Order: sequence, then structure tokens, then C-alpha cells
Amino acid sequence: MKIEFDNNLPIYLQIMNYLKGEIVTGKLGPGDKIPSVRELAGELQINPNTVQRTFQELEREGIVETRRGMGRYVTQEEEKIMMIKKEMAKDILDRFIRGMKDLGFKEDDIVAAVKESVEKNE
Amino acid sequence: MDTVLQVHEVSKNYGAKKALRGVSFQLAAGKITGLLGSNGSGKSTLLKIIAGLTYPSSGEVTVQGTRIGPASKALISYMPDRPLTEPWMNIGDALTYYADFYADFDREKAERMLDFMKLKTKDRVKHLSKGMNERLQLTLVLSRRASVYLLDEPIGGVDPVARTAILNALVEFYEEDSTLLVSTHLVTDIERIFDDVMFIKDGELIMHGEVEEIRLQQGKSIDELFREVYAEC
Repeated sequence: MKIEFDNNLPIYLQIMNYLKGEIVTGKLGPGDKIPSVRELAGELQINPNTVQRTFQELEREGIVETRRGMGRYVTQEEEKIMMIKKEMAKDILDRFIRGMKDLGFKEDDIVAAVKESVEKNE
Repeated sequence: MDTVLQVHEVSKNYGAKKALRGVSFQLAAGKITGLLGSNGSGKSTLLKIIAGLTYPSSGEVTVQGTRIGPASKALISYMPDRPLTEPWMNIGDALTYYADFYADFDREKAERMLDFMKLKTKDRVKHLSKGMNERLQLTLVLSRRASVYLLDEPIGGVDPVARTAILNALVEFYEEDSTLLVSTHLVTDIERIFDDVMFIKDGELIMHGEVEEIRLQQGKSIDELFREVYAEC
């Protein structure tokens, strides 16, 4: 596991995003065990309490479940994973649209530009 | 959370020079706190006072309710900015020497740490590089079962590879329910292992906060904030 951290942003958010990425791309599948706090802290060279906070947030969002005495696992609910995928896509889209608007593109032009670019890539 | 270390209105004068001015803070168990400041800001003096090696001119320090003195030495493991070992020793001797001094020294843990640090008991202290020596010092200090660990510049003067090794060992081997206070002026490499940071400037404590909150609220790294605060120095 390798994350290039940006010290300007809270580390726990960066780990959350990283793990969500691993989950939606299937590198961490539904029901897979995730590393322990200590393992992850050691591997990423960060404070264990930061990892703990990451896991708490992921649990709160229902993406990760704790089984008592056994560790933490990725949720089995595919819907939840789909939902994260949509949220992440929305973030990317929002950022993209904002960027295009800053460049002076109108909405129709943005759609046309995307269409053209997608077709070219095919 | 329970307060482990309490520093109350501590000042220290060296003649006319004020090294510390009315420093107060509390540290809880299970946290790693960075004590940040430029050279000569008072970091080492503060750690020495907590370790019981020098007296404050005024103010009081307690560890788990015990005032600093002979009794507090058993609760505090201190890594000074100079080596604790003698040049004639080999690493095995250094462990024995430490075990003789401290009843809470865990030799088995020390040996696991040496292994992790790629140090051998037969190696002579005299022949160790600066980075290797720092690793040995850290091994000795973290192998005690203390409640407070004070590390004075654990990554000062070592190359980036050795820094990584030292930080890895720190995260891997510190006791989760203990209190760590780590002084440094090299912030970038180490800021990710801190829960909290304290900024000390001209002997005064000017900030004490949670690192993730600082990043969230200010949108900047601890290193950046550090550079701003100490810009005039």
C-alpha cells in the first residue's frame, strides 16, 4: 500500500479516500479483511490514532464493519459500494465542470468537449 | 482522558537569560506530542526539567501525580540529544548497562528492536554511524516500560534513510498507552506521527493543538505553520 500524502490536508481523510478507492475498484472486495490499525500505521509511517480515526469514520459511513475479536471487514452490501462509487464520480465531475467553467466553457460546450474526447479515446 | 504529565507555570533562568517563561500544559496517555521550536527556543531545557536533570527556577512538574524527583525517574524514559552509551561498549554491553540501571528494562523487546534496526549485539558503539547510533539510543529508551517517554531530537543530524528507519521503529515499538513527547526542529518528516503539537518560541509556549484540526482549519501543513511562526528567527 502506497499513499503519497499531502501534509496540507488531514491525513485521516486521505487514507479514507485511498481505502474507498481500493474498495470501489475491487482491489479490496466485499467482505475482505482490512489491515489492523497497527499494521497500517506501521506501513504508512503514521500515528496509529490517525488510522483509528479513519476506521471510525469508515464505520460510521457503513463501509467497514467490525466483527468483535476478528478485525475489520469491507461491507458485503454492494449497494453501499455503488453509492461510494457514485459519490467519488460526482466529486470528479464537480471539479471538472468547475475547471471548465473557469476556462470560459458554456454547459453545452462542456458536453460537446467531453463527447469528442471520449470518442477520440475509443 | 487522564492527565499523565502536568507542567505548571514552569520558568527557568540561566543567569539573566530566561530559557523558559511560565510554560504550562498537560499531556494525556496514548498520545504522541511534538515539541517544536527552533534551536535555542527552550525545548531541551524543558525536557531536562521533566526528566529531573535540572530544576525549574519556578513552577511545578508532576508525572501521574508524582513530583519530579528520584521517584519520577522510574516513570520517565528520557533520550537526551547526546548518546547515553560509552564508546568502549558493544551493543550487548549497552543493553546490559541499561538493564542494570532500570528495573523496567525489557531485554526481549530490546532484542526485537535491534533486529528491526539491523543492529547486532557484537557491534561496537564506537564504530556506529550517527544514524545507527540514534537507532541504538532509541532502542534503549523505548525498551523501558515507562509511562512517559521524552525524545530529544531523535532524527537530528541523520540522513533521510536513517530518519525513515527511526520513524518506522517509533511507530512500530511505542507503547500505545504511554505518553510520548518528541522534540524536533525538522518538522516535515515527522509531523505525520504526531497527535498534537506544541510550539515553543523564546521560552514561551505559543501554541498547543491537534495536528489534524490544524490541517483541517488552516489548510496547511504543520511544517508550513512552523515556518510562518519562526520566520523572524
